Amino acid sequence: MKRIFAREDYCLGCRLCEINCLVKHSRSKKIVKAFRRERDTAAPVVQVEESGRVSFALQCRHCDDAPCIEACIAGAMCRDPKTNAVLCDEDRCVGCWSCIMVCPAGAVLRGKTRKVASKCDLCAGEDAPVCVEGCPNEALTYEER
Amino acid sequence: MKRDKTKYVIVGNSTAAIGAVEGIRRLDRQTPIVLISKEPYHTYSRPLISYLLAGEVDKERMYYRPRDFYERNAVDARLGVEAVRVDADALAVETADGGRIPFEKLLVATGGRPFVPKIAGSDAEGVFTFVSWDDAKAISTYIGRAAPERAAVVGGGLIGIKAAEALHACGLDVTVVELADRLLPLALDAKGSELAAAALRDAGVKLVCGTTVERILASDGAVSDVVLRGGRTLTCELVVIAIGVVPDTSIVEGSRIETDRGIRIDEHCATSVPGIYAAGDVAQGSDTLTGNSRPIPIFPNACRQGNVAGTNMAGGEARMGAAFAMNSVEVFGLPTISVGLATAEGEGYEVLVRGQDSARAYRRFVLRDGRLVGALFVGDIDRAGIVTGLIRERIDASGIKDLLLSDGLGLISLPAEYRKHVVRGDGIVV
Repeated sequence: MKRIFAREDYCLGCRLCEINCLVKHSRSKKIVKAFRRERDTAAPVVQVEESGRVSFALQCRHCDDAPCIEACIAGAMCRDPKTNAVLCDEDRCVGCWSCIMVCPAGAVLRGKTRKVASKCDLCAGEDAPVCVEGCPNEALTYEER
Repeated sequence: MKRDKTKYVIVGNSTAAIGAVEGIRRLDRQTPIVLISKEPYHTYSRPLISYLLAGEVDKERMYYRPRDFYERNAVDARLGVEAVRVDADALAVETADGGRIPFEKLLVATGGRPFVPKIAGSDAEGVFTFVSWDDAKAISTYIGRAAPERAAVVGGGLIGIKAAEALHACGLDVTVVELADRLLPLALDAKGSELAAAALRDAGVKLVCGTTVERILASDGAVSDVVLRGGRTLTCELVVIAIGVVPDTSIVEGSRIETDRGIRIDEHCATSVPGIYAAGDVAQGSDTLTGNSRPIPIFPNACRQGNVAGTNMAGGEARMGAAFAMNSVEVFGLPTISVGLATAEGEGYEVLVRGQDSARAYRRFVLRDGRLVGALFVGDIDRAGIVTGLIRERIDASGIKDLLLSDGLGLISLPAEYRKHVVRGDGIVV
């Protein structure tokens, strides 16, 4: 399957990926509205980590052997049979945070407004995730390896 | 080709059993699987019974897999059929209705049964255990019919806390009685317990530690009071016994399958008898962190064991890898995550603590020989899995102690090789 890969050496730490991700996962999908009216509800599921001159963007790795799926008590975390992406069905999630306990990347977040796990969905329906598309320095790639 | 033996038989229907079905089906799309479960339900999630009783999830959300799961996976699910004995010599499972199912490969995933100590009067009406859907139903029915106002929960561990939460949500006045000197003694250290106890009390639930229920008193056959060791009496009309679960090994007793506290399994989840596997709360495998063989009755472990067993049953090759205790439990709104030897102290252990004075954000890390072997997160649990990963992968943490204790817990603080391994994303095993 295609996955997102981060290239530390290319990452500028500009956080455009976070902005694009937030907008994509906002209700309005519009940057002005998302930042004006949805700041309390919309949140990115990609996180830029930065330390000194090193930075990279991190989102769910969509592991082949996904520990979050095993740990999910509600059957909410599951693999999309078509794309193999690891997705959280927020209507089934009970917010037990077992996924947070086992994710080695720390890529599952607590939802901002609802008590459910929040994570990268590879921008389901798009050709490429918006974090990758919008990265100005190709520090994020979306490819099969 | 018609077989006189069923290729795959699974006894059980919870996460270990379902993990096995999924493990088998990754390698073998077709050969029928017979699954036997004494409970009449489509596979459901046991940990959700507290959410169900509390009214937070409905019946539809109890199911662990979609309704067409058995059909889609060619599983002949015999629900409501009790397996009573495994004939480990002739390789067959005997059922309570007189049936006999010869098998080639068997998975025993019978889970745990609630441990109920001998308490005088425990046969009174209004006394329950809390591990199955039927338990939740029975409690709910009793609340509707007898309108109890007060409840005593015997046991302040994970099940007890969840039972207390649910009963509290049902409007009952709840008291938790814990034998140890503090709440959640296995998962939390003293400071963590203190924070959890405060969350419990803030919600209006009472806690009595250092004692247990010695006798249950009844009036007209129904619970009226419990008498604690030491003589104190609590008036209550409902009692939940939530001390813990023990491996339900009954169907293999008397067979040549080796058991200790649970059914002994190796890293392939194979028992001592070729062709027979065990997984989940009934099984006893190796604890990576202590080196001991012991049951680790936790959800992720059950799922993984089932998966490993299923893969091996289908002719593949899978091993458990690292296994150790871990629990994520919210105590009346206070999230806690406890991983590995989270409460260890004393010789050989180095303990790092952050937020000792904090009411809501406490962390504790335990190192042995420079490697992390335990972690505790209370209040702020974000990104806790990064530490679980370090424990699992046995990463030398002697150089990152400051980072563990700093504000942001991120991958960027970790050794570059490990970070790249995780970020690249392939083959991460936790």
